[in-house]
Amino acid sequence: MKELFNTLSKQFELTDYQSKRDNQAFVTATSSQLVSLLTHLRDIHGYTHLVMVTCVDWLEDGKFQVTYLLHNYATKTDLGIFVFIPRDNPVMDSMHHLWEQARVYQRELHEMFGIDFPGSPGVYKPMILEGWQGPPPMRRDFDTKVYCEDTYSNRERQHKEPEQYMKEQLYPED
Amino acid sequence: MSIAFKVFWAFISLGVVTVWGLTLNGMVHKIFARVQGRLGPPVWQPFIDIIKNNAKRTAITHGIMFYLGPVFRIAGGIGTYMFIPVLFGSAYFSNFSLSGDVLLVMYFIFFGQLGMALGAGEGGHPYSAIAVSRGLAQMTAFEVPFALSVISLVAQYGTLNITEIVAAQQGGFLRWTLFTNPLAVITAMISMLGMNMYNPFSVVIAPQEIPIGPPTEYHSSFLGMLATNRGIFAGAKLVLFMNLFFGGATNLLILMLKTFWIYMFSVFVGAAYPRFRTEDSIRFFLTYPTILGIISVLLFSF
Amino acid sequence: MKDDDIKNDSNLTVEVSQTPIADYPDWRKDDKSLTNAGLSEEEQDWFCDARPQPAKKSWQIMENFFNWARSNSLWILAFGTGCGAIELRPLVTARYDISRLGMQPRPTPRQASVFMIGGYVSIKTLKRIVRSYEQMQGPKFVVAVCSCAINGGMYWDSYNTVKRIDEYIPVDVYVTGCMPRPEAVLAGFSKLKELIKAGKAEGQNLYAEKFDWYKENQKSVIKDWNMPDYNW
Repeated sequence: MKELFNTLSKQFELTDYQSKRDNQAFVTATSSQLVSLLTHLRDIHGYTHLVMVTCVDWLEDGKFQVTYLLHNYATKTDLGIFVFIPRDNPVMDSMHHLWEQARVYQRELHEMFGIDFPGSPGVYKPMILEGWQGPPPMRRDFDTKVYCEDTYSNRERQHKEPEQYMKEQLYPED
Repeated sequence: MSIAFKVFWAFISLGVVTVWGLTLNGMVHKIFARVQGRLGPPVWQPFIDIIKNNAKRTAITHGIMFYLGPVFRIAGGIGTYMFIPVLFGSAYFSNFSLSGDVLLVMYFIFFGQLGMALGAGEGGHPYSAIAVSRGLAQMTAFEVPFALSVISLVAQYGTLNITEIVAAQQGGFLRWTLFTNPLAVITAMISMLGMNMYNPFSVVIAPQEIPIGPPTEYHSSFLGMLATNRGIFAGAKLVLFMNLFFGGATNLLILMLKTFWIYMFSVFVGAAYPRFRTEDSIRFFLTYPTILGIISVLLFSF
Repeated sequence: MKDDDIKNDSNLTVEVSQTPIADYPDWRKDDKSLTNAGLSEEEQDWFCDARPQPAKKSWQIMENFFNWARSNSLWILAFGTGCGAIELRPLVTARYDISRLGMQPRPTPRQASVFMIGGYVSIKTLKRIVRSYEQMQGPKFVVAVCSCAINGGMYWDSYNTVKRIDEYIPVDVYVTGCMPRPEAVLAGFSKLKELIKAGKAEGQNLYAEKFDWYKENQKSVIKDWNMPDYNW
């Protein structure tokens, strides 16, 4: 994995190599080089399987960390690529032309984190949250408890001690 | 015999066959449940379902043909039944039997399905349309062997009148068509499997893939009417088969016994076999039963 | 819906539809019909714009007989709305066998009479639930299974799950548990049968009487209302 990192570093701006296991490593790339890096990995280095695309919200740093996880069937290795993008203007290049299924991940990321992927098919269509009007719900500054107290009405909670309650129900005369 | 007397007794026999057909349906559900190791619904469950469906408080419509669909269906059922003599030699249970009634009955068996196809089509549900096209395709296929076996019977007995066909089978069970013309009976029984729409020919109602087939959009009293017709039509078909192939009946007890066992034939086959696809069932009907039917027609034509 | 008075008054019949009467054109001033506002012009013709009316009951003796038939022929709408719908499958197997009680799963809402809410209800599912419920023909009953349908359950602070299903459609019987055993679901169904026989399961009439209140609640959580107001 380290050799791969060294080879790639000659062409791309890669930093922060972290090896989690023998067959798993994570590197950090820049968002402008991401699509060419993924194309290179897929076509030359055999990382043909897109495992997933996900996102981490670093609220304190003001960044989103978009993670692309790839798998190589020949060497049975996983390679994760981190891309940090600013939180106030989250725009990424779409890579749906490399893997068709990526558009679903991108649609989800747009819905849950508000990251924009210009050009990705159907990225603005609602996926789970039909008619959602609040901020993207998976951002860490979105308070679900406050939102759901404002939006939905809760039933008043009644707490009963189970043992006592069942006694009253089953043996009322005692 | 006055016409009023005939109409009166025809309606009485219609009531009898409705109750008997629905009871048979209930028994069928019970038998299927027992085969699957369940307790099953009570035998009178079809009656409760009909009462409940007719007691629904709301109903909607999709147009005129949607109304007329169940009406055509039940008209087909009653029409089939009205021209079959139910009990041989009985003045009361002979309905409106006339000299060419075999042809009329065969027409009426088709009639209800066609009316239902029009009505279900107006319902606008895609599953209805799929089921109707499958049903009509399968129906066209099983009509071929059934028609061949009836033609063979007509050639054998030289008449188009059901009463005369029954009369020719009297005098011991060895004179039943079952023993005098076994090829035609086998052909007709196989096509009855398709007619009753149990497995392996249940692709029309296919409960797992296209929910319950043509009546997908029917509800409330429409569905009650269709369920009533299921009793009438099942009874009419069974009485027809009993008359044509199993020597008819001279009293209601024998009628019940014979129709029960004729029905059980298709039920037992249905409980034991998986389902054909439409194209498979068409291929099946147009090969073996058709060949058997042609042979039986040839045997009695020359 | 935010108004606590509306929420607490169970006998309320609100006379306000979603467009104030004053905004109607003159010829519609007296008209109480629905506007089907979420639909485009040509689609509005496809759906009913008549408000549902509470159904009239027949004579008491006939109604008792019909209620007996209804309670013995419960057809369940086989629409699994949450994880509790898994509990519907064991019910039709040989071990529990609801068919001996005259019940059977029915694949189309038109013919079903019992709607089983199987657990949590997200907003996206709620749209489908409302549509399916309104397509059922009355009298219709609702059995809500799992604690999620009662008070949100483990989704009590989820941004996308409604907390009380009885604010959106009338519910006859609740079955608690996460998830309830099939025996508990069966007990719920026999409770429902008792209610029907006693003539107390009038959810359809309740829905028609408090139609505006239910619609207001539904529209307060379903933000993109792109379906007819009453799904005929």
